[in-house]
Amino acid sequence: MSKKKVAEKVKSAVKNKNLHTLLITVIAYVVITALISEGVLSRHYQSLLVPVGINIILAVSLNLTVGFLGELTLGHAGFMSVGAYAGCLFTTYSELPKWVEFPIALVIGGLVAAIFGIIIGIPALRLKGDYLAIVTLAFGEIIRSVINDMEITGGAGGLKGISKYSDYTIVLIVIFLTIVIIRNLVKSKHGRAICSIRDNVIAAESVGVNIVFYKLLAFVLAAFFAGAAGVLYGHNLGILKPGTFDFNKSIEILVIVVLGGMGNITGSVIAAVLVTVLPEVLRELADYRMLIYSIVLIAMMLFNASPKFRAAKNLVTSKIKSGISFAGVKIKSLFIGKRKGTR
Amino acid sequence: MALLKVENLMVSYGMIQAINGVSFEVNKGEIIAILGANGAGKTTILHTVTGLLSAKSGKIFLADKEITKTPAHKIVEMGMAHVPEGRRIFQELTVYENIMLGAFTRKDKAEIAQSLEQVYSHFPRLKERSRQIAGTLSGGEQQMLAMGRALMSKPTIMLMDEPSMGLSPLYVTEIFNIIKEINQQGTTVLLVEQNAKKALSIADRAYVLETGRIVLDGKASDLMNDDGIKKAYLGE
Repeated sequence: MSKKKVAEKVKSAVKNKNLHTLLITVIAYVVITALISEGVLSRHYQSLLVPVGINIILAVSLNLTVGFLGELTLGHAGFMSVGAYAGCLFTTYSELPKWVEFPIALVIGGLVAAIFGIIIGIPALRLKGDYLAIVTLAFGEIIRSVINDMEITGGAGGLKGISKYSDYTIVLIVIFLTIVIIRNLVKSKHGRAICSIRDNVIAAESVGVNIVFYKLLAFVLAAFFAGAAGVLYGHNLGILKPGTFDFNKSIEILVIVVLGGMGNITGSVIAAVLVTVLPEVLRELADYRMLIYSIVLIAMMLFNASPKFRAAKNLVTSKIKSGISFAGVKIKSLFIGKRKGTR
Repeated sequence: MALLKVENLMVSYGMIQAINGVSFEVNKGEIIAILGANGAGKTTILHTVTGLLSAKSGKIFLADKEITKTPAHKIVEMGMAHVPEGRRIFQELTVYENIMLGAFTRKDKAEIAQSLEQVYSHFPRLKERSRQIAGTLSGGEQQMLAMGRALMSKPTIMLMDEPSMGLSPLYVTEIFNIIKEINQQGTTVLLVEQNAKKALSIADRAYVLETGRIVLDGKASDLMNDDGIKKAYLGE
């Protein structure tokens, strides 16, 4: 391999977003592990790690339908609950060892949610805007009352005795997979088709995009990840109650997506952390907690919408980006220098 | 042989009859113009032909195959491209991504690259701006982008809806020159226009549409000298 080829490979590796994500995930893992072993993170904050991660998965997947496809859906908690119950019932009844049954449970949860996504999506995606929001909202509520009345799910009393498998390691792995899969999809030809529907339905149809198929693809994939997140959720608490998957949960995820920016995956991740941690930080304010929480959310939205703040934000991100590429050049020169040395 | 043939087409929006028994033909290699005022039903005809709307009755044939009930995305694959009215581009995608979406139904990468070069040679400005977000282009550039995107499907026939709408006279001339150029390279063109003068200057034949009916048709050169047309559409 010539030197030029090596340089090109390193260059493309530096630019490769998947590698960035992997790197950031590994760094996050190392930092969290270090913080825990050093005792910096209190037990209380340690218990927040998994919920934060679950919200990241939910927000990134909802961003696929709301941000990239441009359809407002309010049934994400419904898909989450369907997946959660399916996965948790599986681990409760199966006798397999943890590291076999948990990944299977995650896939089962995702698949069951995806099947519900197809069932709901085929009729509902004919609707637009407010109507789709209402139908998906109704789906979430119906699912909740059905689960409430079923025996196998434990009814209103909840499904108890679920093994507590979820920890930040597995959550980080699922986050990594979610982000990589969704981002690669969005950057592919199929992703462009999804974005084209958002930008202009008529133009999308006139270039030959099968609108029904791509709407369903985005919707079902989002449902899949919501289901997997539900499985993580159930195995974190050890108990599932239908009440947790109500309208408010769907709205909470939507708030994260809007706050992080439509069609902005990195934004969803950051907003998920903020929105999940904020109420806990504000716990000391007792009665004023939810008041301050909503004021902070409104302030953040206002900031996000202001052009001056955006300009400042772009400046910072471009500096960070140039910093990364600078580091990349350094790594590249190191690499080539080393090759020279071996010659 | 007619490449596109429309027989006794009827389209309605609910109770309102928009198209009332329209028939016309487009032969291979021609530029055909459909002229008419606002609300005459020009866009409705195009949308029905491309499968975006469904006809109440009547038949549409593309190269002798009936496409009256074929869904829009399949019609694109059959070689019909549509440049929708009002420069419907994908605002938040880059110029390059917009153009590549035009080749959505095609698979052969080498051929797609070849088409891309062709589009860039018709519209050098799009090449300069390939990394720019499409929503930031000027009106004329957006029209060019919509045309370039349609060309990427390597169409045998291209349907253009009001390409001159909202453009400066300079751009209108440029756009019409390019339409002529595209036609000379072998693509049949069906043009729907309010700007009758410009449309007749490049068209072979034309149909005049009034409230959902064709009231007049003939050679473009004859229509240009028709007294009624002069009064109603050319302002003379």
